[in-house]
Amino acid sequence: MDIKVFIVASLVKTALALVVLLTAVAYSVWLERKVVGHMQNRWGPTRVGPFGLLQPAADGVKFLFKEDLTPPHVYKPLYVAAPIIAVIFALTSIALIPVGNDVPIFGYKIPLQISDVNIGLLAVLGVTSLGVYGIALSGWASNSKYSLLGGLRASAQMISYEIALGLSLVGVMILSGSFSLREIVQAQSGSYLGFIPRWNIFPQLIGFFIYLMAAYAETNRIPFDLPEAETELVAGYHTEYSAMKFAMFFMAEYANMITVACLATLLFFGGWSGPIFGPTILQALLPVLWFCAKVFVFIFIYIWVRGTLPRFRYDQLMAFGWKFLLPLAIANLVITALLVALRA
Amino acid sequence: MLHLTLFLVFGAVCLAGAINLLVQRHPINSALSLVAVMAALAGEYLLLGAEFVGAVQVIVYAGAIMVLFVFVIMLLNAGEEERTRGSHIALLIGVPGMLTGSLLIAWVLLHHSGTEAVGIGALPGPPKALAQLLFHDFLLPFEVTSILILIAILGSVVLAAKPEPSQEKEN
Repeated sequence: MDIKVFIVASLVKTALALVVLLTAVAYSVWLERKVVGHMQNRWGPTRVGPFGLLQPAADGVKFLFKEDLTPPHVYKPLYVAAPIIAVIFALTSIALIPVGNDVPIFGYKIPLQISDVNIGLLAVLGVTSLGVYGIALSGWASNSKYSLLGGLRASAQMISYEIALGLSLVGVMILSGSFSLREIVQAQSGSYLGFIPRWNIFPQLIGFFIYLMAAYAETNRIPFDLPEAETELVAGYHTEYSAMKFAMFFMAEYANMITVACLATLLFFGGWSGPIFGPTILQALLPVLWFCAKVFVFIFIYIWVRGTLPRFRYDQLMAFGWKFLLPLAIANLVITALLVALRA
Repeated sequence: MLHLTLFLVFGAVCLAGAINLLVQRHPINSALSLVAVMAALAGEYLLLGAEFVGAVQVIVYAGAIMVLFVFVIMLLNAGEEERTRGSHIALLIGVPGMLTGSLLIAWVLLHHSGTEAVGIGALPGPPKALAQLLFHDFLLPFEVTSILILIAILGSVVLAAKPEPSQEKEN
């Protein structure tokens, strides 16, 4: 591909991915308020626009125009840097996520992915593992006991669950023999017995369970939202933040949720694979549609879990991660490796 | 040309981070400078074509070990370190000594070792090539290293473990 075409295509894809991701972030918040509302016998947002659909826009404007308070007792450089760090790393990982096959545009084959690196999965893990600095530093720089406790909990929790998360993915890597997200999806094409798709979820059911649990903990969501437990820590690590700085933590959290949902789709549910039919334009767009539908299901499960489960106690959280998930992940890894080695 | 520019940029970030680490008086700023050094090193590995090593550098060092550093600093609420003016020896002998040492090493590496600079992409980058090296060509050193690390882990557990209540009474 010509270098100019490559640069233009990359710029367009980056802009498009950013717009789509931020819109998705805004509307996952809307979806969450709506779904949790209905689960609790309430309506959720209804006033702004039909079904409250313009609520995210109203919230965005409100965040922009709110007074941006900086408490006098904070350590200013890191206090300002923390939300920026959180949101940068949350948005970066989307650059590595493929959403479909190559699409022919103006005679060029454009891959539906900003950057196709051959260690894609590791790169995503690396970027998300840096995101914890945003939360940890916000807790420390706020110089307030609630924030500090929230930041400490977040970093301890994320380090603990990152091990189980990484180990649960090794099974998928062994089955596909690659770190490239594109190749992992291609390894899942075809079907068992002619009608069951060859998705990794079937041989890696335990791995998927571990991934889901660890991912909920990594994104600080209920039932693992100890870092912002409002009943004991006010709002945890972002207690001292207001206006757009607070909104940036919010954006980072939901962007991380979407990344986790994208990874689950790619690694365990065959990515963009699905029935393809119709004219050429439909054949190019259907994979993207399947991908988005699967991601949507994961976001919905996230919200469903939030509407269902209470919060863990802190010792339960640590015991669950270290004494249950980690041994289970190691056992799953050993069994998968043995079976693959025996079949080879 | 682009590679050389990037190499210099990452190198500059790395050096600046290392110097900042020494200059900063607050432990958390030093720890964050170390994170910048690690990330810049990962960039250098990527430039050499060792993408697996680069990714592992970010995940393990920047993403896990340094988070633990920051965690400990936060947990202990370590304050600013105090400066003493007593150590003139460090300034008078240490700095020239370090400069001479690094110049000597650079000179020997450039002129006398017979090795050439590693070219772009000369390192075994893809995970498969690296796995072949680790688990086939250099299996024994790899396993020996892992046993050494295991010994270190056991040692730290023994040192950190609280003594039994019965022993405490004897003391």
